[in-house]
Amino acid sequence: MQPILQEYFPAFADTIWVLMKIVAIVIPLMISVAYLTYFERKVIGYMQGRLGPNRVGYFGLLQPIADALKLLFKEIIVPTKSSKALFYLAPVLTIAPAFAAWAVIPFNAELVLADINAGLLYVLAMTSIAVYGVIIAGWASNSKYAFLGSMRSAAQIVSYEIAMGFTLVGVLMCANSLNLGDIVAGQSGGILQWYVWPLFPLFIIYFISAVAETNRAPFDVAEGESEIVAGFHVEYSGMAFAVFFLAEYANMILVSVLAALMFLGGWLSPTALIPDGIHWLLIKTAALLFFFLWFRATFPRYRYDQIMRLGWKIFIPITLVWIIFIGAMMQTSYNGMFH
Amino acid sequence: METVFYILSSVLLVSAIKVITSKNPVFSALYLVLSFFSAAGIWLLLQAEFLAIALVLVYVGAVMVLFLFVVMMLDINLEKIKEGFWNYFPMAIFVAIVMLVEMILVLNNNYFQETSNAVYTSISNTEALGLVLYSDYILPFEVASIILLVAIIAAIALTLRGVKNHKGINPASQVSVTKKDRLRMVDMKSTTKLRGK
Repeated sequence: MQPILQEYFPAFADTIWVLMKIVAIVIPLMISVAYLTYFERKVIGYMQGRLGPNRVGYFGLLQPIADALKLLFKEIIVPTKSSKALFYLAPVLTIAPAFAAWAVIPFNAELVLADINAGLLYVLAMTSIAVYGVIIAGWASNSKYAFLGSMRSAAQIVSYEIAMGFTLVGVLMCANSLNLGDIVAGQSGGILQWYVWPLFPLFIIYFISAVAETNRAPFDVAEGESEIVAGFHVEYSGMAFAVFFLAEYANMILVSVLAALMFLGGWLSPTALIPDGIHWLLIKTAALLFFFLWFRATFPRYRYDQIMRLGWKIFIPITLVWIIFIGAMMQTSYNGMFH
Repeated sequence: METVFYILSSVLLVSAIKVITSKNPVFSALYLVLSFFSAAGIWLLLQAEFLAIALVLVYVGAVMVLFLFVVMMLDINLEKIKEGFWNYFPMAIFVAIVMLVEMILVLNNNYFQETSNAVYTSISNTEALGLVLYSDYILPFEVASIILLVAIIAAIALTLRGVKNHKGINPASQVSVTKKDRLRMVDMKSTTKLRGK
């Protein structure tokens, strides 16, 4: 493919090639987002003794497409006295970082769009700016409910980002690199070499913080249907509303892929007997995503002050202690356990 | 490369001007975010990827979020703040000229001339920064961190002026509650006989 492009469009060959790679990442991602919503409704349905969607297509398989079409044809209503430009900008600002972070995610040893050295930092930066969409949506809507939702979300995301950042410090101490490909390569040699074992507390904290960062149950006070209707996107309708949901599910997939890459060995197989491959990454990601749905069906919503207490008084101290512990252990003869 | 630089720097300049001319403080804060972003882009062009990402991570991702948080909740009347604008204008011009002269003096200094540090060109920017910070400049780095720590504690100590009307909860006592503490079973004798049977 690349040589053909070089021959016909010598000036733009590289640009077109990169664009094609981006499309090759974004389209499967959009399809997985659509079917994650279907999967979520089915899983939660069965957990609650219901059937879930089963009318559109076999086993309701066309339900996500029907939902998307419905939302496409709905009118987008702009509230009075809202800030129009920002009102339209907010969904874009939510979804752009959710997709931009995928640029550095490696799918196997060669398959990565941008193999940059500071990959982990880039992902952290991209996930941290996703909060702007939520804040701007809440403010531009000119609605009390939306504003309360965005305030809650902003405080929550800023607090849990600190704990999340510290867990990543633990990973990069073990891997000696910020490059996601190198981090996975550092875990080669079977299931016992995965970073989940030396970093077990950090893995748990990363995953719970990831649930909080993506505003999912039981940390979904930003939406809080029973208290503030639907939080920051209460004034949005039609496709603008759908974009917020796309971003939420894309972020869920992103944090699950990151957890699989950093703690569960990415595309590496658990034993040397079975070959490595991209399917391992997909299986691990799907398993982690199942936990998101399981949490939603199982746990009641946290109270807001409890969320703040968990983030600041429990998670951050534990991560700090564990980072010091790893650093100390690396100076001893048990050094090999942490590489 | 050059076109990208000109695009980024013009966006930076326009958004920086918008920060001080916007009527609504929320828009000012958002334009400041945009100018941070463009500055990060310019740093990326200089291959200083660590500084660029740190700028986005710290200033855009944390500092400006808290800024917006406060600005959105305040009801600021800019007309009132701008009342004495022309009175202060000559003084402002004087300060601006002093700052300009100082910056020219500093930036013309030898320290800001382009140097090629051959030792650290083979490794990435992040690694080079880490090596320099933790080997050559370890003492100033530690001193800076202690100053920061003192500032953090001072900020908390200054704002925490005793607790008034404390309504805090004790999670430990909440968790250890048993049925006995909350529930009292009362035997009620019915006073009237049910009709029918």
